[in-house]
Amino acid sequence: MSLASQLVNLLAALLLLIAFAMLAQRRILTLIHLFAWQGAALAASTFIVAYSTGQDHLYFSAVLTVALKVILIPWVLHRLIDRLNIRWDVETLINIPTTMLLGIGLAIFAFALAAPISQMADTLTRSTLGIALASVLLSFLMMIVRRKAVPQVIGFLAMENGLFLAATSATYGMPLVVELGVALDVLVGTFIFGIFFFHIREQFDSLDIRHMEKLKED
Amino acid sequence: MDNAPGFAFQILQSVFVVLAAPLVMGWVNQCRARLQNRAAPSLWLPYYTLAKLFHKDAVIARDASPLFRITPYILFGCMWLAAGIVPVLATGLPFAPAADVIALVGVFALARVFAALAAMDIGTSFGGLGARREMLIGFLAEPAMLMTMFTAAFISGSTQLATIVDTLAHREFAVHPSLAFAGLAFLMVLLAENARIPIDNPATHLELTMIHEAMILEYSARHLALIEWAVAIKLFAYMTIGFALFVPWGIAAAGDWAALPLAFAALAFKLAVAGAGLALIETVLAKMRLLLAPEFLSTAFLLAVLGMLIHFLVSG
Repeated sequence: MSLASQLVNLLAALLLLIAFAMLAQRRILTLIHLFAWQGAALAASTFIVAYSTGQDHLYFSAVLTVALKVILIPWVLHRLIDRLNIRWDVETLINIPTTMLLGIGLAIFAFALAAPISQMADTLTRSTLGIALASVLLSFLMMIVRRKAVPQVIGFLAMENGLFLAATSATYGMPLVVELGVALDVLVGTFIFGIFFFHIREQFDSLDIRHMEKLKED
Repeated sequence: MDNAPGFAFQILQSVFVVLAAPLVMGWVNQCRARLQNRAAPSLWLPYYTLAKLFHKDAVIARDASPLFRITPYILFGCMWLAAGIVPVLATGLPFAPAADVIALVGVFALARVFAALAAMDIGTSFGGLGARREMLIGFLAEPAMLMTMFTAAFISGSTQLATIVDTLAHREFAVHPSLAFAGLAFLMVLLAENARIPIDNPATHLELTMIHEAMILEYSARHLALIEWAVAIKLFAYMTIGFALFVPWGIAAAGDWAALPLAFAALAFKLAVAGAGLALIETVLAKMRLLLAPEFLSTAFLLAVLGMLIHFLVSG
């Protein structure tokens, strides 16, 4: 195995570790920091893949990742939680050790699912496909077990990180147009969610999405 | 093959570990005192304490059973045995095949069971409380410890600690993401098993928050000295297990006298760094609530399992 491939594996493992840390995290502020670090790990691994395979468009996506997911979106989220004045602890539906055990189960499932696919691939990054799949599933799990709207949105954004890693590991990334489109979508999505937060809170005096289950007037 | 040099190394290592363990304890305490802006105690303080305790008369509760009397000797014996198995100075020692990593964890478990039994033997409330807490920590830390060891065992293809060290020290340089995970998990287990902050505070005087200290409240004089000494050896053994798994460079082969000074120097350097690191961790972290300990240890278990999974994923 070449050094580049080992470094990519290490960074992918780091990304998965951060996904687990986000799953276990109780504070929103730390959650945002972890999200930024995950973006940084993703950007670094994309950069290494770009350098070692000579795929020039991956440089762009690495820069895009740093600009959007390490700087802009965490900044927007910071402002959001300042304006909403929510620094309280994240509420979960299931307690954290159980969530972690579920997470291990998902990781095993994802690894088993990805193993035959990555054996057929011959890219430098084939072994990270399972890790990418696992971090997508973990972000799903985070969206399911969190009760408040902000952590759910962070879960959604983290899922995009996982998808990005999957794209890089399976096919050295998507075409540049698609990547630009996805990045823009994520950015716009964050803004729309931000507006939604204010509307939800105005309507229900809380960001607990349980209230949205009783939208019907009875 | 003549085994005499091997045995000489074995005896040298066993004696060295027992003599050097309090020094490591003193070094950790000194670093911690400096970091906390206190006047640092002497490096030799643990030796003075042991000497003082050995000269006192032992007081034993009236209701104590023989179990209470023999437990300090069992603890000391277990830790000494563990220190003889772990490759501290050299690999390929004659004792090493006696136990692989699984048996090593078993030796630690044996010591823990006796410590807990002796704590409950007297029937004081603090003893029982400490014993239960210790067993809680122990049963959560043990699987994490085993998983950590298995990760290294999978990489080298053997559960013998000596073989693991040989494989890891003499391979070409490679980044193992799985070992990074296992290393983090091992650090967490080390903190929990050796009753350090954030799980337990070794310097506490408040009985209600004690875990390990609550179990040995009833001991005095030579019994207490043996237990304190065993605790120091345990910390030493865990540190050297960590070195063996994650930074095995510089270790000698049994019977190779020429490599011995290098092995001593490497070990001293690693112990100094690890002791300072431990003191740093204990300074920046606060002791966590007992109810959060399962979360801490399940995180360690998770990291260890992840390390193992990633090993399969990346190598397969």
